[in-house]
Amino acid sequence: MTALLEIGGLKAYYGATQALHGLAFSLDKGGITTLLGANGAGKTTTLRAICGMVRREGTIRFDGQPIDTMATEDIVRLGVAHVPEGRGTFVGLSVEENLKIASYGRRDKTHVPRDLELVFTYFPRLKERIHQQAGTLSGGEQQMLAIARALMLGPRLMLLDEPSFGLAPLIVQEIFHIMRRINEEEGVSMLLVEQNAALALDLADNAYVLETGNVVMAGPAADIRNDEGIRKSYLGY
Amino acid sequence: MTAITSAAPMTDDPRRSLGSYAMIGLLVLAAALPFLVGKSGWISNFTFLQLSLMIVYAIAVLGLNLLTGFNGQISLGHGAFFAVGAYTAAILIDQYSVNAWLTLPIAAILCFVIGYLFGLPALRLEGHYLALATFGLAIAVPQMLKYRHLEPFTNGVMGINLIKPDPPFGLPLSSDQWMYLAVLVVAVFMFWMARNLLNSRPGRAMTAIRDHTMAAGTMGIDTSRYKATVFGISALYVGVAGALHAIIFEFVSPDSFRFELSIAILVGAVVGGVASLPGAVIGGIFVQFIEKYADAMTKKISQAIHLPLELQPWTLYGLTLIVLIYVMPGGIAGGLAMLWAKIKPRQGG
Ligand SMILES: Nc1ncnc2c1ncn2[C@@H]1O[C@H](COP(=O)(O)OP(=O)(O)OP(=O)(O)O)[C@@H](O)[C@H]1O
Ligand SMILES: [Mg+2]
Repeated sequence: MTALLEIGGLKAYYGATQALHGLAFSLDKGGITTLLGANGAGKTTTLRAICGMVRREGTIRFDGQPIDTMATEDIVRLGVAHVPEGRGTFVGLSVEENLKIASYGRRDKTHVPRDLELVFTYFPRLKERIHQQAGTLSGGEQQMLAIARALMLGPRLMLLDEPSFGLAPLIVQEIFHIMRRINEEEGVSMLLVEQNAALALDLADNAYVLETGNVVMAGPAADIRNDEGIRKSYLGY
Repeated sequence: MTAITSAAPMTDDPRRSLGSYAMIGLLVLAAALPFLVGKSGWISNFTFLQLSLMIVYAIAVLGLNLLTGFNGQISLGHGAFFAVGAYTAAILIDQYSVNAWLTLPIAAILCFVIGYLFGLPALRLEGHYLALATFGLAIAVPQMLKYRHLEPFTNGVMGINLIKPDPPFGLPLSSDQWMYLAVLVVAVFMFWMARNLLNSRPGRAMTAIRDHTMAAGTMGIDTSRYKATVFGISALYVGVAGALHAIIFEFVSPDSFRFELSIAILVGAVVGGVASLPGAVIGGIFVQFIEKYADAMTKKISQAIHLPLELQPWTLYGLTLIVLIYVMPGGIAGGLAMLWAKIKPRQGG
């Protein structure tokens, strides 16, 4: 398999504070990779660095092309869709408008109705609420909207930042099931950041564990899931 | 196409179209007013001037609304763009004998450019910092207008006197009535443009940036360019308002545009209702009304209730503001909408 995303020596900064200290990892085409680690380990920052939302140094290649000096909107256009921490709902817009925002940066808008239909096959709940103001959706529905909105970009890689955050187990299961379907049926690769390590390791093929801006553990998800020593020392369960 | 897709849930609503008929009726009436009154004098020229000023402030408040209400950026300095618009009109008319109405697009373009350029670096500033930077603008501009080397154009602290244009084609109107009509037409055009903008893709993107800037970025929207452009458009609106003010008020001076004006525009926006077009109209009325009557009302009320202490002129203003913000956090437009929502179900059954 060829790597879809290759990261080397990645450093990221918030003002004068350095949050990543030379991170290196890679992501297979078509797979789901999870990024685990304690609070403040730098998971969110890693996703932001990939999309050019924080000041960063190092090499980031997407499908062989260097993107480490590109502007966010250009990276998005290459096919990287970021589902941000906290969902980032456009609360004042309707569900439909939230979804259509994704087409604003694209020149060719003829796909929009078809994309919308596709998205609704994964998220029928959103179709029922198409005219509802997005700010009035439940937390679970807003998370669905965030993923649906990213899917509207027609991405090759989805960066998901804690999609299970604050949601009831049943909804989380439903959402993770949909994510797997999107991965398999649409061939969208995923980089999944999660606090819920057990859940993430179930879904993912590969895993990386971060600690204060460094990769401290890497391997197939199944291996990590089955190794109690690693689980205890790095993931605390 | 966009107008259909997004406005769909709204236009389906029959009440909505009723509202737009009412609006058109009201506008026709407002436009007919000077012709109905004619030379009879049952509405004085002074009143027409007051009405014109309300409309002018409504345009300015709308400009700030686009920035603050629909794009989430704050400005404490929009009085500066009002001043630039006013001086642009005044200097062009006074020194270069440019037709008064021709100064409007010139002031618009100039203010757009200045606003855009100011907006670019200001993008890095968020919240309080942006507020401070714009506040600096409000403080600096009136002083710059007094600058000695600009005096040949600005006439320094003395300001510039103008004469308002006469009604054309021998219309049977006084010049105040004609000004009112012209200002009304400009305002309708500006509000119509704003509505179209907000119902378009870029308008939706503006709102998305307000709601969640980072998420808007993840959707491929160039948030920096958008924010700077909205800053420019916002300045354009306020600049046109300033130019109109100069023309109908027949006078500009640095002291007409002190930083209190910036605050007044912001207060108008908040009191009217920040993300609302009707709110901008209410805000404009509020700005002019307060400007004119807060002082007199304070005196009258304290006399009427035999207050033992002397109230300062702006006391009533401050109190009104506090009460309004507590009672209607969504501004008057928001308050009215809530009231309507409360009485509506009872009508239905
Ligand atoms: N906007 C910011 N300004 C300054 N420092 C920040 C900012 N965002 C994050 N940091 C710092 O960067 C480091 C990494 O944070 P990050 O948000 O990437 O962690 P995380 O792994 O996503 O944590 P969590 O699981 O709690 O979301 C932390 O030390 C954090 O304090
Ligand atoms: Mg995080």
